[in-house]
Amino acid sequence: MPEKPEISVEAYRKRSRRSLLTGGAAAVAGLFGWRWIQNQPETHNIPNVLRKGHEFNESLWKSLFRHDHQARTFDRDAASILRLNGRIGLRSEIDLDGWQMTVKGPDGTELGRHVLDDIKRLPYHEMTIEHKCIEGWAQITNWGGARFSDFMRLYENQLPDDISHVYIQTPDDQYYLRNGNRTRDHYYVSCDIETMLHNQTLLAYNNLGEPIDELHGAPLRLATPLKYGIKQLKRIGEIQFLTEAGGDYWGERGYDWYAGL
Amino acid sequence: MHWINFPLIVIMVWSGLRIYWAEDVYAFGFFDWEWFKFFPESFYESLQLNRKLARGLAFHFNFAWLFTINGLAFVIYTWRTREWRELAPNRRSLRGSLDVLLHDLRIRKEEPPKRGRYNEAQRLTYSLVIGLGALAVLSGFAIFKPTQVFPLTWILGGYTSARIIHFVVTIAFVLFFVVHILQVARAGWRNFTSMVTGYELVDIESEESGESVRSAPPDPPQEAADA
Repeated sequence: MPEKPEISVEAYRKRSRRSLLTGGAAAVAGLFGWRWIQNQPETHNIPNVLRKGHEFNESLWKSLFRHDHQARTFDRDAASILRLNGRIGLRSEIDLDGWQMTVKGPDGTELGRHVLDDIKRLPYHEMTIEHKCIEGWAQITNWGGARFSDFMRLYENQLPDDISHVYIQTPDDQYYLRNGNRTRDHYYVSCDIETMLHNQTLLAYNNLGEPIDELHGAPLRLATPLKYGIKQLKRIGEIQFLTEAGGDYWGERGYDWYAGL
Repeated sequence: MHWINFPLIVIMVWSGLRIYWAEDVYAFGFFDWEWFKFFPESFYESLQLNRKLARGLAFHFNFAWLFTINGLAFVIYTWRTREWRELAPNRRSLRGSLDVLLHDLRIRKEEPPKRGRYNEAQRLTYSLVIGLGALAVLSGFAIFKPTQVFPLTWILGGYTSARIIHFVVTIAFVLFFVVHILQVARAGWRNFTSMVTGYELVDIESEESGESVRSAPPDPPQEAADA
């Protein structure tokens, strides 16, 4: 048992007073700190200091990212069709036969166009992974398609060396009627190049061996277990290679830009 | 370190509930019979937890670092000052805790002995709560970056299982907190001031002075100054 030093009542009272004062000051400081966070100007819908925190997390986890860190895979039998969550970019009609995908360079110049058969000519890969939603649910599903890294190789010679992000969006000219108003139907994400080049990042056109259905992203969607569902854009219309982060639908609405797993 | 935990845990639980709201699937029950759903709609509404997922995530993923750093600091401090000896339970603790419980419930009359600063039940629960804190952090990272920290996620039984662990740990934390506050209130004002100052006011029989102060070894001392 440790020694029990004694101090006088007077010293004790002094100590108590000091503790009370520091404790009180700390509580007040805490309250002010809290108000300070809440009253911060916002960047993309969350207080600046929290956005900075997201960015800190992003740089930390980016530096820990390894291409050989594989997301867990499962038996094909465990896979099912994902529940539907969010139809942004899918509210308008799509002409699957006439579908084409545009590819652009950092300066916006068009580098190429593809029909689905172009993607199907690339080596086929299938994966059964756990899809994770930022809302908290997870579900095992199976995707088939081409690796994005194989696709990007088609443009090797046309791209600068400092490509850092890929911006992907639904077809450009989509509109739907919302309460009688013609409204743009547009979903877009931007994703860091490391994740895009990971071998579990696919341009997927098959879901459990069948062509992906319309509400799950026909004819072509992004599928990667390394990001939450919010980044796995359905119904790709355009891909642009960038040298800095581009627009991101949910990133602009208060969520973490990186959203990596 | 002890006191910083209070606002940190409040913020973590609060922001965590805002995240949980988006997918509130856990419930007590058997098969189709649901006994208690976490949580009733009125609970979210009264605490304004609904439709705040993005903010919940932002607070949670930032303050998680403060909670982790504070926890590490606490463990290092307890180790360096050898205070862990006051805290660590041993094989008598289980039996001793039962005695304390019976005493607290007014079933057993005589007060079980303290061993050092804490009685056996305190040793056991405080140690468990530190373990709980560690589990909260580990299961948190397991669901935060399941691929990058895959061995951790694997140990906890996978993503879905780690998320359940994280939730159960939170509930356990809240229950501990409620009992902890009740016990501190029951122990009285002198005990509370000793938690803050690191010294306990004790009446001792002495010929010269009627009153003196004996240290209840600091808990840890001047904690408030760090807060």
